[in-house]
Amino acid sequence: MTASSNAPGLVSRYGADTAFMTFVALLMGFLYVPIWVLIAFSFNDSRSLTWPLSGFTLDWYRTLWANGDIQAAVGNSFYVATFSTLLTLLVGVPAALALNKFHFPGKTMFRRLILLPITLPGIVTGISMLNMFRLFGFNLSLETVILGHATALLGIVVTQVFARLQRLPKSLEEASSDLGANPLRTFFYITLPNIRSAIIGAGLLSFVLSFDEIPVTFFLTGRDNTLPMYIYSTLRRGVTPEINAVGTLIVLASLILIILAVIVTRERER
Amino acid sequence: MSAAPRRNLAGALILGIPILWILVFMLLPYGIIVTYSFWIKKYPSFMPAFQLGNYVTLFTDPQYLQVMARTLKISTLVSLCSFALAYPFAYYLVFRCRSQALRTWLYMAVIAPLWVSYLLRAYVWKTILGTEGILNSFLISTGIIAEPSPVFLYNQFAMVVTLTYIFIPFMVMPIYTALEKIPRNLSEASADLGMGPWRTFLHVTLPLSMPGVAAGFTLTFCLSFGDFVAPFLVGGPDGNLVANVIATQFGAALNWPLGSALAIVMLIIVLSIVSLSDRLESRGNGGEF
Repeated sequence: MTASSNAPGLVSRYGADTAFMTFVALLMGFLYVPIWVLIAFSFNDSRSLTWPLSGFTLDWYRTLWANGDIQAAVGNSFYVATFSTLLTLLVGVPAALALNKFHFPGKTMFRRLILLPITLPGIVTGISMLNMFRLFGFNLSLETVILGHATALLGIVVTQVFARLQRLPKSLEEASSDLGANPLRTFFYITLPNIRSAIIGAGLLSFVLSFDEIPVTFFLTGRDNTLPMYIYSTLRRGVTPEINAVGTLIVLASLILIILAVIVTRERER
Repeated sequence: MSAAPRRNLAGALILGIPILWILVFMLLPYGIIVTYSFWIKKYPSFMPAFQLGNYVTLFTDPQYLQVMARTLKISTLVSLCSFALAYPFAYYLVFRCRSQALRTWLYMAVIAPLWVSYLLRAYVWKTILGTEGILNSFLISTGIIAEPSPVFLYNQFAMVVTLTYIFIPFMVMPIYTALEKIPRNLSEASADLGMGPWRTFLHVTLPLSMPGVAAGFTLTFCLSFGDFVAPFLVGGPDGNLVANVIATQFGAALNWPLGSALAIVMLIIVLSIVSLSDRLESRGNGGEF
């Protein structure tokens, strides 16, 4: 290599490497110091969130445990996230299959519309569906939230499953149909096993995003609060260490889900 | 062929379910807000009409113009800051980082916060930047400042920091994908032809990664453009963005027609940005997210 054979090149390369390393370290600090701050203050025995930390306590977790509203909100969030994930998979997987396999008039339009909610601010999805539900006389409830989330998350499922489908060799399905399998059998024995981990990954991500969704929920929920909506309304009254405690538990849950997602993807690569 | 009708049925289902969903839960609702945006507010409710008064209000009333200008400014700044942080990072991962394991870990480390509640990531900045917050008390305890400074929270700086923090993964992902697709031998060829690293970067790497950059800008811009949680938490009294104004029209102000018109304006801005970047991307054919 020419770069390593002359000394000035080596020096500048070393300098550049150090600069890059410092930059990456600073970026990691920017991303993770706030999360550690969140966690640290959930164990701090003072009501005010100020430096330095004053002492260790589990009181904030104890108050959480005793708070019935939070428990109801967590339950609601699980309900909403589970069903909106199922729904969005039910619609998104066929959409990805159609995009991958068929040619039909208006396909570009179809693709753009189905991917739109990724970039479209949730508030537009939220108020447009709010208007529709009101117009047709539906009462707002957790179920309307589920419909809203399923719509907002559709694009995520479609991109992930579609990307996997694109990498599947066409010859697999052709071989299957040459061997006399009908399309349904081909789908269940060939296509589905190959995209399974993408579907699970997309499902996990949808679940997480639905679990902490605010803009759509804000407009579509009735009297019931989901967990992020509960936190959001508490924040109107100011910041408290209880929120840090909820936050720490959410970070923990996210961590478990990330590890789960990594394991699922690894399995596929083996 | 006996399989043909069944194939048609399966095909109809595969295509039919998503199309039905799009019709009922996207096109119909969008149609309804378009209709509402022409209506008139008439106490205590609204009156069907066909007039452009709401749009005229939005584009002439300085109050709304100011909010729109502020929103454009904030989301542009957020996109630029995310880009300034994300590009060198992605470049390092793809071209400089020699350990595959480290590369995977660092990439995961940037994407992982996406899985952690977005509300919490905004909330934590409120606790850090506040007058009674952690940054201020930290600076006081180390003797850098004598009394709490209010400059950190409830202003546009706080919003840009918070939104950059939240949306930076959306800039890293497409840029990383685009950089990864660039064949290594191109930069080697460029070096063999006597171009220095900077010229190689400016003339080879950067142009080839533009589709990813465009995708990243689209995502971060559109997402921060429509955000209403960060302004609520860290924006302060002069920090309202378009989405906050929409929320107010549907809440306290109870002017659904005006709120609908504003939502349509937002929809149109997002659609034009998306189709612009679609054109850029299809030229370079990159960025899969």
